[in-house]
Amino acid sequence: MVDLLEHAPLTVGRWIVQRVPEAWQPVAGALLGAAVLVGVFAGLFALTTWLERKGLARMQNRPGPNRVGPAGLLQPAADGLKMLFKEDLRPFAAERWVHTLAPLLKVVPVVCALAVIPFGRHLVALDLDAGLVFFFAMGSVTEVALFMAGWGSRNKYSLLGAMRAIAQLISYEVPLALAALTAVLVAGSLSLPAIVDSQAGWYPGGLARWHVFTPWGLAGVVLFFTAATAKANRAPFDLPEGESEIIAGHLVEYSGFKYALFFLGEYLLLFGYSAVGITLFLGGWRAPVAWLEWIPSYAWFALKLLACIAGFIWLRGTVPRLRADQLMHFAWKFLLPLGLAANFAAVLWQATAGWTFAGATLVRWALAAGLVLVPYQVLGRALLGTAAAGPRRYRFAE
Amino acid sequence: MDPAFTLLTLGLLAAATAAMSLRHLVACALCLVAVFLAGAGLFLHLGAEFLAFAQVLVYVGAISILIVFALLLTRTRGAESAPLCARPRGWGLAVAGGVTGLLLAAVGTARLPAGAAPPRPAVPVRELGLELMSRQVPALLVVGLLLTAALIGAVVLALREPPAGGEKEPPA
Repeated sequence: MVDLLEHAPLTVGRWIVQRVPEAWQPVAGALLGAAVLVGVFAGLFALTTWLERKGLARMQNRPGPNRVGPAGLLQPAADGLKMLFKEDLRPFAAERWVHTLAPLLKVVPVVCALAVIPFGRHLVALDLDAGLVFFFAMGSVTEVALFMAGWGSRNKYSLLGAMRAIAQLISYEVPLALAALTAVLVAGSLSLPAIVDSQAGWYPGGLARWHVFTPWGLAGVVLFFTAATAKANRAPFDLPEGESEIIAGHLVEYSGFKYALFFLGEYLLLFGYSAVGITLFLGGWRAPVAWLEWIPSYAWFALKLLACIAGFIWLRGTVPRLRADQLMHFAWKFLLPLGLAANFAAVLWQATAGWTFAGATLVRWALAAGLVLVPYQVLGRALLGTAAAGPRRYRFAE
Repeated sequence: MDPAFTLLTLGLLAAATAAMSLRHLVACALCLVAVFLAGAGLFLHLGAEFLAFAQVLVYVGAISILIVFALLLTRTRGAESAPLCARPRGWGLAVAGGVTGLLLAAVGTARLPAGAAPPRPAVPVRELGLELMSRQVPALLVVGLLLTAALIGAVVLALREPPAGGEKEPPA
């Protein structure tokens, strides 16, 4: 039964591929994989917009979308149709090709990047030896898309907005890569399925051997998701689209479905970063405890992904937007040194893996955790200056 | 001829031609991005997976952005210049001819294996890393030193002298 469920997606896929002529089967298989990937994640995008609006509404004491369909569930469809029927405006002075290609270049690389993620025990569309590098490479192409959107619109505000957005993306790429490097260091591979395999097995209590249950992994996962929030342009780092400050930045001159494509790309990138974070630190498709292993691996992955999305929505409803200078200071003065510290902790953890004396685990934990926590405290106090010394004061509408 | 190779090469040549002949410098830089992408495709076609991804990550994601930032932040006017190939033609032709001759000589004197070469297995990233960290360490260190020196140089160039008579910026 367990095996049947585990293999179910593969069996269905193979059955469909066998319907086409022999010569076309490899092409059909690739097309099917791509279609499933696009379909599932576009559906998840629709679901997430609904979840996000409902969740934010709950936090702000209002009902949220509740007119279209039961509990407003059809709202994403209505929004999509509205976007399709809106007039597609292109400024007279805009660069025709650059302005049109930018939204595509924002979406297509992200969809490609999703292909290397192992969604289940047997569910990886593209098993690359350098899968993680491929993912980050595809993620970095979106920066070019942002620049094309900003420059191609021939609007000062969109160009300024694009420059700000790119500065943010490049700054947060460094801590993101450093955080991902911790898991690569310990797993000894850039292939995502291999990194999931390095988290196999159970601790004596029946707890899974995920990287998050180690001191460097805990630091890594926090750093990774913080930097991923900024890379995916989510609150509290959503300055690039700051609609009340810089009139949506590089998106000023976009309307209709091109505008929607930018948001599709943004959400797909968020799913991608969440999926990579899950793969690197949260055990990928593995179950958290031994007695829950009968649930199929892809269900675990979906559950973890939804939990991550819920966390991002919660974060958006809770914290206010950062200022541009705070954003840069946070990346370069705080996250970057901490990322280096987490890597040192990972190296230490690997170097002391052979210790077998009594209480060795405790000593290793203390050493590695100290290597991260001491810089955290020192840096935090040094950067906050006098603000950290006194008692915390909250000022609301004064 | 391999269709993928033909398409990639034609795309690369077209993008390179556009990068040299367009009037707007930023448009040229965007064409350069297309050249980098086609180059990465060629690497991928040759089985150099890691090199292709590193090319996209470094050249498309970082260097091209650096180029356009440098263009936009340093030259407020004059970005709309004559095409790059309209410089003194004699020099351009001499350099291009020299480079072409050198490449042709290199290709001509290369000893290619007779018949179809056996397909080489893709090099795993692990072996690449071990090679870099063992035999190629001097090269790696020299490159690192060079980049660090360039970084320090950039900081020195960008660092503005504090105004005479005090550290404080004058009130606006």
